[in-house]
Amino acid sequence: MNSGDTAFMLAATGLVMFMTPGLALFYGGMVRSKNVLAVTMQSFICLGLVSLIWILFGYSMAFGPDVGGFIGNLDWAMLKGVGQAPGPYSGTIPHLLFCAFQLMFAVITPALITGAFAERIKFSAFLAFTVLWTCLVYLPVCHWVWGGGFMGGHGGLDFAGGTVIHINSGAAALVAAILIGKRKGWGHESFHPHNIGMTILGAGVLWFGWFGFNAGSTLAADGIAVNALVTTQVAAGLAALSWIIAEWLVQGKPTTLGAASGAVAGLVAITPGAGFVSPVSALIIGLVAGALCYLAVMMKSRLGYDDALDVVGVHGVGGFWGAIATGIFASKAINPAGADGLIHGNAGLVATQFIDAATTVGYSLVVSFVILKIIDMTIGLRVSREEEIQGLDLTQHSETGYSL
Amino acid sequence: MKKIEAIIKPFKLDDVKEALNEIGVKGMTVTEVKGYGRQKGHKEIYRGAEYQVDFIPKVKLEIVVEESMAEKVTDTIREAANTGNIGDGKIFVMSLEEVIRVRTGEKGREAI
Repeated sequence: MNSGDTAFMLAATGLVMFMTPGLALFYGGMVRSKNVLAVTMQSFICLGLVSLIWILFGYSMAFGPDVGGFIGNLDWAMLKGVGQAPGPYSGTIPHLLFCAFQLMFAVITPALITGAFAERIKFSAFLAFTVLWTCLVYLPVCHWVWGGGFMGGHGGLDFAGGTVIHINSGAAALVAAILIGKRKGWGHESFHPHNIGMTILGAGVLWFGWFGFNAGSTLAADGIAVNALVTTQVAAGLAALSWIIAEWLVQGKPTTLGAASGAVAGLVAITPGAGFVSPVSALIIGLVAGALCYLAVMMKSRLGYDDALDVVGVHGVGGFWGAIATGIFASKAINPAGADGLIHGNAGLVATQFIDAATTVGYSLVVSFVILKIIDMTIGLRVSREEEIQGLDLTQHSETGYSL
Repeated sequence: MKKIEAIIKPFKLDDVKEALNEIGVKGMTVTEVKGYGRQKGHKEIYRGAEYQVDFIPKVKLEIVVEESMAEKVTDTIREAANTGNIGDGKIFVMSLEEVIRVRTGEKGREAI
């Protein structure tokens, strides 16, 4: 046990928790004012719902003793044996602290998906989706990568959850946006964001929390954590710049929403490589992420699906780029426990990264599709046309975000 | 009595108010409004999606004066609100039947 590491991880856990309300602000500002509370609620309540799942059996299924490389068993259900002594994932911090840190990741992942079906999903359907998706998609994929499953075993690198969190939620978001259908008025009504200041504040909170997310994924207060913190800062900043430069060139004006979106795209892209790549590599990863995600978001309207808050374009595409970029730029000189990537003579890592990313996309697409179909056939995914026009704040929660 | 409604550019509100004060206008009501005329709208861009926004923010002043003052008021507004550009606004003048002061019940010119 090491009190320095433990102190650091206590703080990092708090930082990652803060990302979920940050995401609520980020998303809340981008919707119309009649839906601000509903969208906020969908992020915020994950803090409750996923905590419940995690304590009952979620942590055990994600990180408990491995069953066939696919899932953990239920030996640690109700946190049995997960206590103050160090556990198998780190010898220097309490096992319970590792469990709490990982809980915060499990909380924010389904919250990310809510951007895809924003402004039109029933609250009950959202709750059902979050429970089922966490159990059937998040827990297995988390186990594959970090819990002793097959992806961690064959050398794929995912430092802080590019695959588990961002590619995974991005793929689910694509299915969700297509299955639930476009918002009423899509293509001819204006859906412009009701409070971009709120969105910028949310992006700032996410950025701040992401230091806990990435540096904390080291599980120790050491040099690799510092590297992760610096790469996080560099990638986020460069992606914000590159997004606004791209839109300046294409559409004539740099926008504040673009700067906020770019920062988040950069944070997503650096996540899998934060503790494996150098700050200079992070610079390139960020530059590519901003412009690439901007173009991905631009493609959305041509492809004709209504991913309301661009979960696919930012988390899916940014996450996929991050996985490949980790394969390109990873360096054993930065992290001896990692691997060398393409620029250090190991092209094979790019292939491994691609296979892991594609496997996750495939699994998440299929299982998310089944979950959403079942919910649609039973309780129904979508609010009625009248409720959608009135807004989800009033019809789902009997509240309004703003009074005159 | 005349009621004068003027739609002007929001940043010209202070100039117009000062100018009207100087000629002795004692009160006015101001509303933030949106509309379009020859100026048409403008383009807004959110995450790559371009929206044509037709209604542009303007300020509407409502002023009630005695008939003899009306032309002086409209001239003053026209001078103060003029930038020479499209979108400077419009002034509407209409006859007013009655004015009543809520506190005292005074009517007509006494109530203005």
